[in-house]
Amino acid sequence: MNQAFLDNSLWRNIYCVLAGDSAQCAAREYSPGMLPGGMEWLAFLLAAAAIVGLFVNGVLGGVIVLIWGERRLFGRFQSRTGPNRWGPFGTLTSVADAIKTMFKEDLVPAEADRILFNLAPILVAAPALMVFSVIPFGVGTYVADLNVGVLFIMAITSLTTLSVLTASWSSANRIAILSALRSVALLISYEIPMALAVVGVVMLAGSMSLGDIIQAQGVPFILVQPLGFFVFFLAAMAEMARAPFDLTEAESELAAGYLNDYASMKFGLFFLAEFMAEISTSAIITTLFLSGWRGFDFIPSHLWFGAKLIAVLFVIIWFRMTLPRLRIDQVLKFAWKGLFELTMINIVVTAILIAIWPQPTTTQLWYMVAINWPVAIVSIWGVSKLLGTPPYEQTQPDPNAPTYPVGSEEIPASSAYVAEVNKQASLQEGGD
Amino acid sequence: MAIKTQPVTVNLGPQHPSTHGVFRMRVMFDGEEIVDVEPVFGYLHRGSEKLAEERTYTQIVTLTDRMDYVSSMLNNQAYILAVEKLAGIEPSPRGVWLRMIAAELQRIASHLVATGFLIQDLGALGTPLIYAMREREGILDLFEMLCGARITNSYLRPGGVFMDAPDEFWPALDRGLDDIVRTIDELETYLSGNEIIFSRTKGTAVLPPELLINASITGPMLRASGVDWDLRHRAPYDYYDKISFERKLHTASDNYARYWVRIQEARESVKIIKQCIEQIEPGPVRPSFDEVPRLIRPPAGDAYAAIEGSKGELGFYLVSDGSIAPYRMHVRASSLINLTLLRDMLIGGQFGDLFVTFGSVDLNMGEVDR
Repeated sequence: MNQAFLDNSLWRNIYCVLAGDSAQCAAREYSPGMLPGGMEWLAFLLAAAAIVGLFVNGVLGGVIVLIWGERRLFGRFQSRTGPNRWGPFGTLTSVADAIKTMFKEDLVPAEADRILFNLAPILVAAPALMVFSVIPFGVGTYVADLNVGVLFIMAITSLTTLSVLTASWSSANRIAILSALRSVALLISYEIPMALAVVGVVMLAGSMSLGDIIQAQGVPFILVQPLGFFVFFLAAMAEMARAPFDLTEAESELAAGYLNDYASMKFGLFFLAEFMAEISTSAIITTLFLSGWRGFDFIPSHLWFGAKLIAVLFVIIWFRMTLPRLRIDQVLKFAWKGLFELTMINIVVTAILIAIWPQPTTTQLWYMVAINWPVAIVSIWGVSKLLGTPPYEQTQPDPNAPTYPVGSEEIPASSAYVAEVNKQASLQEGGD
Repeated sequence: MAIKTQPVTVNLGPQHPSTHGVFRMRVMFDGEEIVDVEPVFGYLHRGSEKLAEERTYTQIVTLTDRMDYVSSMLNNQAYILAVEKLAGIEPSPRGVWLRMIAAELQRIASHLVATGFLIQDLGALGTPLIYAMREREGILDLFEMLCGARITNSYLRPGGVFMDAPDEFWPALDRGLDDIVRTIDELETYLSGNEIIFSRTKGTAVLPPELLINASITGPMLRASGVDWDLRHRAPYDYYDKISFERKLHTASDNYARYWVRIQEARESVKIIKQCIEQIEPGPVRPSFDEVPRLIRPPAGDAYAAIEGSKGELGFYLVSDGSIAPYRMHVRASSLINLTLLRDMLIGGQFGDLFVTFGSVDLNMGEVDR
């Protein structure tokens, strides 16, 4: 039995309740277990199934709540009420929507590549769920604490674009292809600043494990790494394809892009994956920059995590509600000329600070805060000056501008036409 | 390195969320760049001009409501002016002031809709649109007080309006004007200085003023290029010669300039309405039925009257054969004529700008197809 699993309290509790007699659990007063001796392998499998089931259902339940919450918030932002018919405060609206989605006809375009077309929704939903396996939702509440957790997240989140490409290619739709190309361009451009933004966090924590990163945050890294947070947040928004970077869906241009030909539960899976990505991104931001489940001890760690998660989700929804979309060339320019430079500045400054204070204590982290914030403000100001649109040069109207010729205001009376009209009228009368 | 690419043709519309109705475009694009555009319209054709030949002059007012359905008061006004010119009707002063107030309110409503949908086309998920539409609702409430209808008003009649404003209309109008100014301030605060909106609209779809004039384009699109052409000033109709207002011009002639001109014109309309309130006098709102009967029989002849509509010069050309219905009616639909330069605006631009540019024309399919 791997000792790592027993360090994880979630695993340990389930496993030891089932197999209390085993050597690993003897000291923990779980004896006797529910299973007879020698069945540790079954206990291990059942514990794994239970935890995966718990996480999958928890995430799906979270998605249902998020969809409702996002709609309510949309309503508030747009000075209307939002869903309020089904259930108290409209909480059952998402349930009704889910039922509706499942019962819709499953259409497949005649030209579509059926295998890939059916595979794409699975491809998009699976990685969105897999991200949750490394996120610690509270003290000891995680599926696996990988020692390359950050790298795992980076790798898994990139898979979404592959499924978008699959979906658009297989549905044989030109608008979908355009959407997929945009998705790939976004991925290639924003993966780099996103990864580089995390480098500062990893350098400070000295580890890629999310558990270690949380342990290292004596001061939340949003304060120590303001530039890293800024870049990571925007890059994550772009990775999720959320407004103002929602170029792949682009309701007003591509009319949902790669989702064009999907109906029924296949569309539902894309929809779920989108909201799961929103939750997982918020969870990653919470973990990396807002010190995860850490907080004052009198509130349980899960509640801390939940509160921070909801705060990040609120900001993401706020962004989505408020900002118009950028154009593709502006988005790419922003990534390569703006965010990339900012991450470079961040890495250099952080490296210098780490060289001064290796293994920083909480006090030394506060020194870093004092140094990093001015650097962040100055560099963001500089980049915004560099990339901002200059104002108009000429604002006064030209007095010599051309204009329409001002001639006679009356249309010249065409007597011939009136005569023709009269003639026809008299003909009509004669006919009667 | 030259990449060998192949242009792709895509059909956009008539069922598309951003085509402002049922416009259709066959767009050929190369990567993200637009190579060719072929506009197709006529999906909302209802034959209003032909229907007018079967209706009396008063009944046609209801047809004009349904042409540009976000500025029906202005359509009414243009049509009524043509009828008055054709039949030689002298309008009642109070009716004229009332219809000027209604027309300017409608202009504000139309510009709010145009601005809201422009931001919607830019990709904002409805929030600015709903803020603009909320203010338009207030204007529609005022219309409801005036004539009982909100969108298809049919408020105007030859010689004035069909009903005087109720007493509670005037305080409501004062409050409404304050609200409008506040909303425009709010929109300007959040939109005019917004970096995303500015960077996406500045320098896109630039049209030189000479080209605009050659294509006989009018309205905010023309004034955004610096051409000082406003029919309320150049050929005053109704009592616009008794009103002083500023003609807002921009020089850039791009999408941002068009947005800016509309917002500023809405401000000017508020000033015009305030002057109308000051100058309005009690009296009949339309001539008596002895002077202007319900069935008007204009002498044989023709007349053309044009107003500065919310989208440009809106003109009605009427031919009478002396009967109770016009022999022929033709509408100079500014939405349709402003689309003339669509290809010049779109080709060479980015695919992402397509609907923004399209929205900056501020067209209404009800008026394009009639």
